[in-house]
Amino acid sequence: MAPSAHQMMLDQARWRWSESLFWLSSLAVLFVFPSKALLFSQIAIMGLFALSLDLILGYGGIVSLGHAAFFGVGAYAAGLMAKHGMGDPLLGLGVAAFVAAVIGWLTSFLLLRGSDLTRLMVTLGIALMLFELANRMAPITGGADGLQGMMVGPVLGLFSFDLFGKTAYLYALTVLFLLFLLARKIVHSTFGLSLRAVKGNALRAGAIGISVSGRLVAIYTLSAAFAGIAGALSAQTTQLVSLDVLDFHRSADVMLVLVIGGVGWLYGGIIGAIMFTLMQDWLAGITPQYWEFWIGLVLVCLVLVGHDRIKTGVQSMVARLGGKGGAA
Amino acid sequence: MLTILFDGIAYGMLLFVLACGLSVTMGLMNFINLSHGVFSMAGGYITAFLINRLGVPFLLCLPLAFLFSAALGMVLERTLYRRLYARSHLDQVLFTIGIVFMAVAAVDYVIGSQQQTVKLPEILKGRIDIFGGSIGLYRVFIIALCGCLAVTIQMLLVKTRFGSQLRAAVDDPRVARGMGINVNTVFAITFAVGSGLAGLGGALGTDILGMDPTFPIKFMIYFLIVVTVGGTSGITGAFFASLILGIADVGGKYYVPQIGAFIIYALMLVVLIIRPQGLFSRSKGK
Repeated sequence: MAPSAHQMMLDQARWRWSESLFWLSSLAVLFVFPSKALLFSQIAIMGLFALSLDLILGYGGIVSLGHAAFFGVGAYAAGLMAKHGMGDPLLGLGVAAFVAAVIGWLTSFLLLRGSDLTRLMVTLGIALMLFELANRMAPITGGADGLQGMMVGPVLGLFSFDLFGKTAYLYALTVLFLLFLLARKIVHSTFGLSLRAVKGNALRAGAIGISVSGRLVAIYTLSAAFAGIAGALSAQTTQLVSLDVLDFHRSADVMLVLVIGGVGWLYGGIIGAIMFTLMQDWLAGITPQYWEFWIGLVLVCLVLVGHDRIKTGVQSMVARLGGKGGAA
Repeated sequence: MLTILFDGIAYGMLLFVLACGLSVTMGLMNFINLSHGVFSMAGGYITAFLINRLGVPFLLCLPLAFLFSAALGMVLERTLYRRLYARSHLDQVLFTIGIVFMAVAAVDYVIGSQQQTVKLPEILKGRIDIFGGSIGLYRVFIIALCGCLAVTIQMLLVKTRFGSQLRAAVDDPRVARGMGINVNTVFAITFAVGSGLAGLGGALGTDILGMDPTFPIKFMIYFLIVVTVGGTSGITGAFFASLILGIADVGGKYYVPQIGAFIIYALMLVVLIIRPQGLFSRSKGK
């Protein structure tokens, strides 16, 4: 007999042992390659940022060209807190998430109307506006020189950041893991399912009584908060915030990261971040100045080949290992 | 005051020539192309090269820039872009951003990151006085040329057989094919002409807008605003959107330099709140 829909949903949401393996090995790499801790924390932050984009792109169906706006707002919020004597990292994360969420909430209403094209313009426009704002408010943000003099306290008052990035990685990984669990919970909840309906066909979703605007506003706000936390993590672990956090390149990069790993799949962002950051590290060693070119080439090839290949490839591999369907 | 207005109109006209090809391919054909600025850059660079290295007269460079960018557009459309017409918007966005990044890095690598300059012919230098305002002759030239172009393009779209074929192909490619219209060729020609106009705009704008490798990224938002604010009704909307954008941008930067850059974004938000489909839209919601 075919399994009921209810059973199928539960199956999809079940925690698989391959997932435990993934997270355990992400912890283990720190002990295998302790000298690469800084790179790993960069990966974890990028993974969280891509995860936040996945929430709106993969689950909400909104193509955004300006997701760096929220990353940057979070980074500046955490950075300014740390600069003005409130260096507690968790407090910084909370404030960053709140500020980014407020901006996400306010701007989400502009995305409800209009086509994909309008959304592209609005998201890009908002990111550029914030970039310009950060540039003009040099007395507060440091302008083009970046924010200097951040004093970040120890995490939970116990673990202070070391030079080698060990604490930074464990901190970033923990935050990523917790937020991942939250996102996982959300996308498998009835809210997440209704969101998928909205993405599939907004008109029909509305017809069966789902509040389309409400769902989009909610997921956009949540995604902004996640991106803000990623920005705050970046600010705290590197103790540096520059205009670069709001740059157009960051929005494009995170899109590439997500697409490499797979859209509409929570592990996609994280796997993409691993591949992207390693590639960046490797390419920057060869052609530091023109590595943009290679990013572009990867994007073009990825679209021509079809970016679902990697996702289905990894998923079928996991399926073969785990004996049953794809993960998360 | 009049000078500012005039500069704004010239700037807006320039934006129109740059973006009007895009308003057809992106606004009407619903193909999201963020790499339009690459063709303008090609036009601008080829002009700078022809004038500074080969000493070709400026006025002769303009048609050459048009042809060069049109050829480039034609080649890329045939080889790459045509595969993407039927793909998702996400794919189109990723692909065209990839093209932009490659073009920016490649130009930076081959030519360098410095600003390109073109020497204008003596006849277009200098200023004239009209109604008490002093206006650069080059601005007058741009307005006249772009105005003629706008009228010509509108005529082409509305009055000629090709225009009707294009409109039919955009509205419903399947039926248009059934009626014996070669939709692929129509799209290819449209794309090439649009790219050529972008190249011409780039050539004309090198002196006013500045031309360096980041041009496609810097002007991406302007193009997007022109197309979305203009709406999907054809090039009339894009024309008015460009003019408004040009005047607002120049005026804003002159009168309130502190917040100058924000004016265009504020304008875009206001238009979108009042008219989500753009200034001019067809009743058929796309």
